[in-house]
Amino acid sequence: MSAEKFSNPVVRWIDHRLPVFSMLDHTANDYPTPKNLNYMWNFGSLAGLSLVIMIVTGIVLAMNYTAHVDHAFESVERIMRDVNHGWLIRYIHMNAASFFFIVVYIHIFRGLYYGSYKAPRELLWILGVVIFLLMMATAFMGYVLPWGQMSFWGATVITNLFSAIPFVGESIVTFLWGGFSVDNPTLNRFFSLHYLMPFLIAGVVVLHIVALHRFGSNNPIGIDAKGPQDTISFHPYYTIKDMFGVAVFLLLLAGAVFFFPNAMGHPDNYIPANPMQTPAHIVPEWYFLPFYAILRAVPDKLGGVLLMFSAILVLFILPWLDRSPIRSARFRPVFRIFFWLLFVDCIALGYLGAKPAEGIYVVLSRVTTAWYFMHFLIILPLLSVFETTKPLPKSISEPVLSARSHNTGVGQMAPAE
Amino acid sequence: MFIRSKLCLVSLVIGMLCAPSQLIAAGGADVNLEKGKWSFSGPFGFFDKAALQRGFQVYREVCAGCHGIDYLAFRNLGDLGYNAAEIKAIAAEYEVMDGPDDDGEMFMRPARPADQIPNPYRNDNEARANNNGALPPDLSLIAKARANGPDYLYSLMIGYEDAPETTEVPDGMYYNNAYPGHLIAMPQPIYGDDVEYSDGAPTTTAGIASDVTNFLMWAAEPKMEVRKRIGVAAVFFLSIFVIMSYFAKRRVWADLH
Ligand code: HEC
Ligand code: HEM
Repeated sequence: MSAEKFSNPVVRWIDHRLPVFSMLDHTANDYPTPKNLNYMWNFGSLAGLSLVIMIVTGIVLAMNYTAHVDHAFESVERIMRDVNHGWLIRYIHMNAASFFFIVVYIHIFRGLYYGSYKAPRELLWILGVVIFLLMMATAFMGYVLPWGQMSFWGATVITNLFSAIPFVGESIVTFLWGGFSVDNPTLNRFFSLHYLMPFLIAGVVVLHIVALHRFGSNNPIGIDAKGPQDTISFHPYYTIKDMFGVAVFLLLLAGAVFFFPNAMGHPDNYIPANPMQTPAHIVPEWYFLPFYAILRAVPDKLGGVLLMFSAILVLFILPWLDRSPIRSARFRPVFRIFFWLLFVDCIALGYLGAKPAEGIYVVLSRVTTAWYFMHFLIILPLLSVFETTKPLPKSISEPVLSARSHNTGVGQMAPAE
Repeated sequence: MFIRSKLCLVSLVIGMLCAPSQLIAAGGADVNLEKGKWSFSGPFGFFDKAALQRGFQVYREVCAGCHGIDYLAFRNLGDLGYNAAEIKAIAAEYEVMDGPDDDGEMFMRPARPADQIPNPYRNDNEARANNNGALPPDLSLIAKARANGPDYLYSLMIGYEDAPETTEVPDGMYYNNAYPGHLIAMPQPIYGDDVEYSDGAPTTTAGIASDVTNFLMWAAEPKMEVRKRIGVAAVFFLSIFVIMSYFAKRRVWADLH
């Protein structure tokens, strides 16, 4: 708190009254971070950057966008053709949305692998799942805004799901639509909410960071830092490492924006919405496909909806399903196998979500859906009891030393590059 | 992670090196045009202006009988290489409705460069009434609104064939190899020699189909050239940023080992 640590008198004057510099100093310099974080720890900062990119490009789009069923599609085309660099802003917004999800999915799987959801980081994890839910809602409503065929029919299919709720379902759907079908009131409220929710996300991100700073980052070997020999200051070590991650992220994003801007979209969304004509296959954006597969795996509509939401809800209680005191999969040989099975299972669900719900695809969707829930509800609780784990190193710096002295199989515990 | 990122970078660079091979097909009017080889493909892709002008002529003289191209204004034709006077002259060949005038009447006047290219029909109902109930879609975005747009459009134009004996073609429908389901309500628009080119380019079915495809790709993505140009610069700059931040990171971390 002492303002003396700043040499610049202006900074000192301000900080005495408004300790923003102390706060910055605290997050960057006094914030001890495990020295062994690998590149999987880059994706948090990348998610933050993605959110900033989405908000900045989104606000510019909103200046030129018209939320009306008769003008929305055309206004997006005006952005693409007549607004100065509007095509750039829109393609960044479109592609950064996909990149945002790629980054967040990696971030989530990182947490699953290294047990980052375990005590004392349960609330940090839960806040992360809340962000994920808000992101899905935001992206879903954003996709409706250009009012193409997939916008309209995606909105129709997904909002219709709520009609499965007993007794009040139909009323809820009418309430969501603001009428008796997806129409102008729907588009308007989706625009309003699409503008609002990113700022809610930003708020939850702040809480997420506060919770993070309470106990600091987890790390690849999953044991707590025991003292200064295990940690390094966030700045400059992780700021520079994050900058490298940002550079690679921006390079890949630029590759998509400038050379394959529509690769992750659906051609049908360049056809104006037409309530009289249903597209041959209605598919959501790629990042919803695993959940879409779970939805369609169940023959009963209500069951499908419940299962789809449960697929996310189960993540909320994950810290209490996996009771093993060992965090990192490195010391849990059986868990590690099941982790990779779950990973393959999720990819398979994504693939199946893009396929028509018929024949062998239905069977496979059911198997992969069952496996997803088995993993969390049965395998993880059992593993916490029956798995024989490997011995943990004494501290973060100890395996570092041993890896240095005799260059054997423990090399993986050396500090990450 | 780094290895993987490096791979992506390498593949990007390789992709860019391979691009020139795609430029060879730039003389898009060539008859034996291979699918997927367009002057506009690849990171250095560009629009062949002569082909765009010919394609616009095809649109005007053939397709515009039935299809609108609503998101194009005459002023956009500057991209095709026409100068301001030529655009004015092209626009003046069309009549558009304006008004109301001081007496409250709508009136017709010659089009100006700022006007949209007029649609052949006043509304969808008139369009259907003139096409056996089928609606000819607007062509402004068609190249992006179909999977593999350019290849598909080209194949659709040259895809008219006699139906196999097992298929019955109802009245007002035509058999097309490329169209999903094969039965399309659009009569074959191009037979070869449908237009007369002033630059002597071939007017075979394939040549005309290729020209109109070039034009429709431009109509759907008029900013493609500037996009790719900025893209090459951005990728170049960001690659340097990646390399520099990698070595900066190595340097900062060096004292830890
Ligand atoms: C005689 C009127 C007519 C002319 C001339 C015409 N079209 Fe069409 N076109 C139609 C109709 C009608 C349809 C709708 C077909 C259907 O729905 O089955 C159509 C559909 C299309 C489609 C959409 C096919 C799909 O995948 O849905 C394209 C692309 C197309 N036309 C391009 C052209 C081009 C390019 C030209 C000029 C070379 C042209 N048309 C000339 C009447 C015409
Ligand atoms: C969490 C952050 C965000 C996500 C994940 C997101 C996602 C999306 C998606 C997927 C689309 C459809 C893209 C398309 O196919 O055209 C879209 C469109 C749009 N978004 Fe966002 N968005 C975010 C933030 C914002 C913000 C903060 C604003 C404005 C304040 C905004 C304004 C718009 C507008 C105006 C459109 C319609 C124009 C268009 O379709 O290109 N977005 N968004």
